[in-house]
Amino acid sequence: MTATLPTAVDIAARAVDVWKVYGSGEAQVIALHGVSVELQRGQFTAIMGPSGSGKSTLMHCLAGLDTVTRGEVYVGDARVTGLSDRALTDLRRDKVGFIFQQFNLLPTLTAEENILLPLAIAGRKPDRDWFDTVIDTVGLRDRLKHRPTQLSGGQQQRVACARALVARPEVIFADEPTGNLDSRSGAEVLSFLRNSVRDFGQTIVMVTHDPNAASYADRVIFLADGRVVDELRDPSAEAVLDRLKRLDVTAAQLADGAVDGAV
Amino acid sequence: MLRATLKSLLSRKLRLLLSGLAVVLAVMFVSGAFVLSDTLGRTFDSLFTNAYDNTDIQVQAKPKVDVDGDGQGAVPANIESTVVGKVAAVPGVAKATGLVLAEGARVVGHNGKVVGGASPSPRFGVNWAGEDELMSLREGRGPRTSGEVAINAGLAKTGDLTVGEQVGVLTLEAKKTFTVVGIFGYTGGRDSVGGEQTVAFTEPVAQQLMLGATGVYNVIDVKVTDERDLTKVRDALRTQLGAAYQVDTGEDLAKKQADNLKQVLSFITYILLGFAGVALLVGVFLILNTFSIIVAQRTRELALLRAMGASRGQMIGSVMVEATVIGVVSWLVGLALGVGIGWLGGFLVAKLSGDLEVASLGVPPAAWIVSFVVGVGVTILAALLPAFQASRVPPVAAMRQANTADRPLTRLTVAGAVLLLAGSGSLVYGLSGKAGGNTIWWVVGGVFVDFIAVALLTPLLGQPVVSLLGRLFSWSVPGKLGRLNSGRNPRRTAITAAAMMISIALVTGISTIFSSVDESIGKVLDKQIQADLIIAGQQTSAIPPSIDPAALRQVRAMPAVDAVAAEAYDAVLVDGKQRFVGAFDDQAAASRVLRLKATNGRVDRLGAGELLIDESTAKDRKWKAGDTVAAQLSRGEPRQFRITGVFANSGGGGGMIMSWQDATTGFRTATATQAFVKLRPGADATSAKRDIDMVLKDSPEVNVSTRSEWIGNQLKIFTFALFMVQVLLFVAMLIAILGIINTLVLSVLERTRELGMLRAIGLRRGRTMWMITVESVVISLFGALLGITVGAGLGAAVVRALKDKGITELSLPWGLMATYVIGGAVVGVVAAIIPAIRAARLNVLNAIAYE
Repeated sequence: MTATLPTAVDIAARAVDVWKVYGSGEAQVIALHGVSVELQRGQFTAIMGPSGSGKSTLMHCLAGLDTVTRGEVYVGDARVTGLSDRALTDLRRDKVGFIFQQFNLLPTLTAEENILLPLAIAGRKPDRDWFDTVIDTVGLRDRLKHRPTQLSGGQQQRVACARALVARPEVIFADEPTGNLDSRSGAEVLSFLRNSVRDFGQTIVMVTHDPNAASYADRVIFLADGRVVDELRDPSAEAVLDRLKRLDVTAAQLADGAVDGAV
Repeated sequence: MLRATLKSLLSRKLRLLLSGLAVVLAVMFVSGAFVLSDTLGRTFDSLFTNAYDNTDIQVQAKPKVDVDGDGQGAVPANIESTVVGKVAAVPGVAKATGLVLAEGARVVGHNGKVVGGASPSPRFGVNWAGEDELMSLREGRGPRTSGEVAINAGLAKTGDLTVGEQVGVLTLEAKKTFTVVGIFGYTGGRDSVGGEQTVAFTEPVAQQLMLGATGVYNVIDVKVTDERDLTKVRDALRTQLGAAYQVDTGEDLAKKQADNLKQVLSFITYILLGFAGVALLVGVFLILNTFSIIVAQRTRELALLRAMGASRGQMIGSVMVEATVIGVVSWLVGLALGVGIGWLGGFLVAKLSGDLEVASLGVPPAAWIVSFVVGVGVTILAALLPAFQASRVPPVAAMRQANTADRPLTRLTVAGAVLLLAGSGSLVYGLSGKAGGNTIWWVVGGVFVDFIAVALLTPLLGQPVVSLLGRLFSWSVPGKLGRLNSGRNPRRTAITAAAMMISIALVTGISTIFSSVDESIGKVLDKQIQADLIIAGQQTSAIPPSIDPAALRQVRAMPAVDAVAAEAYDAVLVDGKQRFVGAFDDQAAASRVLRLKATNGRVDRLGAGELLIDESTAKDRKWKAGDTVAAQLSRGEPRQFRITGVFANSGGGGGMIMSWQDATTGFRTATATQAFVKLRPGADATSAKRDIDMVLKDSPEVNVSTRSEWIGNQLKIFTFALFMVQVLLFVAMLIAILGIINTLVLSVLERTRELGMLRAIGLRRGRTMWMITVESVVISLFGALLGITVGAGLGAAVVRALKDKGITELSLPWGLMATYVIGGAVVGVVAAIIPAIRAARLNVLNAIAYE
C-alpha cells in the first residue's frame, strides 16, 4: 500500500519543522530548532554533529521514541505525531528497527531468540529464507544457540543488527552502533549495515560522532545547536572531518550570535 | 560514613517501608498481646475487688470431686446449716450468714431461649437475704413465697423483664415458673457486677433448686468484729473447721477469681503471640531479602567506598546502622499500633461480657522490652548476613560491570541437607514419645530447623520447579520472558518464595493435623452413635443443659419412636481418679439404642451400686466384671461399686455407666442432659425431628438433631480452630506479598535497560505488565507449592506419630491446599501490580540510556 503514494515511495521517514523544547522559562532548552529532513528510502543516512547538537533527539523523535513540541514526523506514510502510546508502540514494532550502542540483548534468550524477538512480540511468523539470508550476512550461523554473555561485543552487535533487519522495517535507527566496539568489529558492523542498504534496499539512519563511521553512509546530515546546518553526499572520512571542524567554528559563532537573535 | 549511610537510607524509602512493615506487624502483635493482658488483668482485678469489697471472710466446703485440689472448676460441696453456728462461735466473728450463691440459674426469656444466650458471664441463683451494703432494691420487694423471685437490673434489662411478670427458670431441676416481684441494683448505680445475672429465690427454694437439698448452704459469709483481725480470724476458722473447708478473705477471693478469669482469657494472648511468631518468621526472610537486595544494588557504590579506603568493619557497620534505624522506627510504629490493638481487644472483651468497666490503658514494661528485642533484635540479626556480604564486595567491583555471576549453590545445598537431616531427626525423636516432657520442644525445634533447611534448599529446588511452572505461561512472548526472568537469580527467587513457603507450610501443616483429627473423631463418632436422632444442647453455665422429663415422656410416647436413652453425666472420683460417668434413665433402652455389646458380664441392666465400664478402661485399670471399686460422687460419702459388665468401646457414658438410682442421689443434677432416640423401622426422621422439636419448647437449652448434624456439631471446634489458622495465613501472606513486591521492584530497576529496549522494539505496556506479573506469579506459585508439600509432609508426620493417641486417619485438606495454591497465584498477581505499573511507565528514552 505504501507504493501508491508518490511521496512515500522515496521517503522512508521525514521531519517537518520539528521543534523540541525542554523545560520552561529560565531553564528552557531548545533541542531542535524547526528541523526539517527527509530520509530517502534505500539510503544509508548518517546524522552528525557535536554533542548537544540535537542529533540523538532528532533520531528519537523520528523513531517515535520521543514526542515533538511542534511540527510533524512521518515514518513511511504514517504520521507519528499525536499517536497514542499504544499506537506508537505498534508503529515501532511494525515499521521501525533499532540498533543501540549498548547492544541491549536479553541475556535470558539465545542469539536466535533475540533476533526473532521483534517478530515474536508482533506475533509474526519469520520468513525462513530471509532469516537465513540475514544470518549468513552477519555470519552468526554457528552462534545461534549461544547466549549474549557467550558472545563478543562485535558478535552481540551483529545479533542486534540481525534483530533489526529480520523484521524488514521501514527504517532502522542506529544510535552510535560502533560506540562500544573496537575498530575492527566496528568496521565489520558498518560494512554489514552498508551492504544491507545496497543489497536489500534497507533504509538506515545512523547517529554517530565518528567521521570514519559516517564515511560508510550515502549521505551525512550535520546538526549544530538544534538546526540542520550542512549536508554531504557520498562522503569520505576526510571530508566529514573537514566539515565537522568547520562546524565547530560555526557553532561557536552561532552561540555568540544567539544573544542578538541573529540566525 | 554515617552520613553516607543515612543518605542512602533516605533515598530508598519505599523499600525500607516495605521491609519495616513486617517488623511493625510482629511488634504490633507482641505488644498488643502484652497490653491486652495487662489491661484485662487490671480490669478483672478491680472488678472482683469491687465485688468482694463488702466481704470480710467467706467459708466454702471443698468440692468432693476435685482433682487439682484447688477447687477451680469443681463445684463446692454443700454446707450443713449447723456449720453456720459453729462459725459464728469462733472468737472475732461478729456475724455468720449462710448463703446460697451458686452458678446455673438460667432465665428463659420472651423468645423461649435462655436470656443472654451463650454469654460466658455467670448466672447466679441465690437466696434472698434482704438488702445490704452492696445491693439494694430499685423496684418492688424481695421474694416472700416459693413462687416469687427478685432479679438484678442487668438481667431485667437484657431479658426485658418487669416486675409482675412470669418467668421460667432452669436450675438443677427442669424449668419452673416464678413471678418477678423485685428488681435490684448495686452500689454506684450499677445494674450488674461484670455482666452477671442473678435470680434471688426464697431460701428453701434456692437451696432445693441450686444445691439440690434443703437445709444446706454453699457459702458462709463472715463479718468480723475488728477489720484488723481479718487474717487472724481467717486462720482461726481454718483450724476450727478443718481441711474439708476453704476459708478465704474477700481479698484472697478477689485475687483468685481474677486469676481464674485471666487464665481463661489468656488464649487471646496466645493467639496474638502466635501471629507475632509467624509475622516474625516470615519477616526475617523479608528483611534478609531486602538487605541482600540493597547490598546487591549498591555493589558498585560499596566497592567504590572500599576502593577509597573504607574498611570491612565500616561496610558491616553501614549496613547495621541501616538495620538499626529500620528496626527502631518499625518498633516504635509497631508499639503504637500494638497499644491500639490492646485497647481494642480490651474494649471488645468488655462489650461482649456485658457492661464491664475497662481499666485505663497501660503499657507494661514487658511490652516495651519484649517488643524492642523482637523488633530491633530480629531486624539486626536478619541484616547480619547481608552485612557480611557487603563487606566481601571487592574494590575492583567498582570498575567492573556489576553483573557478578551467581556463586554456586553447593554450600547452601549441603548446609540445607545437613539441617534437614538434623531437623527430621529431632522431629522423629520427639514424635517417638521418648523425649517425655520435652516432646513439644523436640517437635517444634524439628519443624523449625526443617523450615530453615527447606529454605536453604529452595534455590536448588527452584531452578527446575520454576522453569516447569513457567511453562504454563510460555504460550505468549511476555509470558516466556517473565518465566525466564524468574529463573535468573535463583537465590533471590528462592528467598522470596521461602517467605511464602513458610507461611503456607505452617497453615497446611496445622490444617492437615486438624482435618486428620476431625476425620478420626468423626469416624469414631459415626461408628459409635447408632441413634437416629440426638437431643442435646450447649452448656451455658455451671449446670449442664437439661431436658425436661415431661418432654422425654412425650417423646417416648410418640408412635415413630422405638426407644429413648436419656443420659445424665457428672464428674466422679473413681478409685481416686476423676472422670466423667454417665447414667441412663433406662439402661435396657440404652443398651439397645447405643448397641452396647457385652464382652464380660451384662450390660442391659444396672442396679444401685453397680457399674459398667468399657473395654479400654477395663484394660487400663485391669478391672473385670465382679471387681469392686471405690467412688466419690458429687454428693454423699464415698461408696463401693461392683462392676457388673464390660462393654465393647462405644459412645455414651464416657466409658463408665452408673445406675440412674445412684445418679439421682449422687450426681449434682440427675436431669438428663442428652438423649439418644431410636426410631421405628420405616419412620420418617424429618417429621419425627419436627415433632420432638415441638415437645422441647420448655427445654430451651437443648434441641434435636439428626445423627450427621450432631456429629458435625461435635466437630465445630475444629472448624473454629481452622478459621483462626486461616487468619494467621492471611497475616503471613501479607508479609510474603511485601517480599515479592520488593524483589520485583528491584528486578524492574535492574532490568531498566532491557525493559526500555523491549518497549522500543514494540512491546506494549499491557504486555510489559503481563511479563512482570508472570514472573511474580511463578515465584509465588513456587512458594505455595513448596509450602503445601512441606506443610502436608510435616503435618502427616505429626499425625502418624499421634496414631496411638486415637488419630488413626490421615486426611490431607485437599480443598484447602488447592485454595492455598490459588491464593498463591493471587498473591503473585497482587504483588506484581506496583512493579508492573512501574515497568510499564518507564520512560523508554531514559531506560535505554540507563546505566
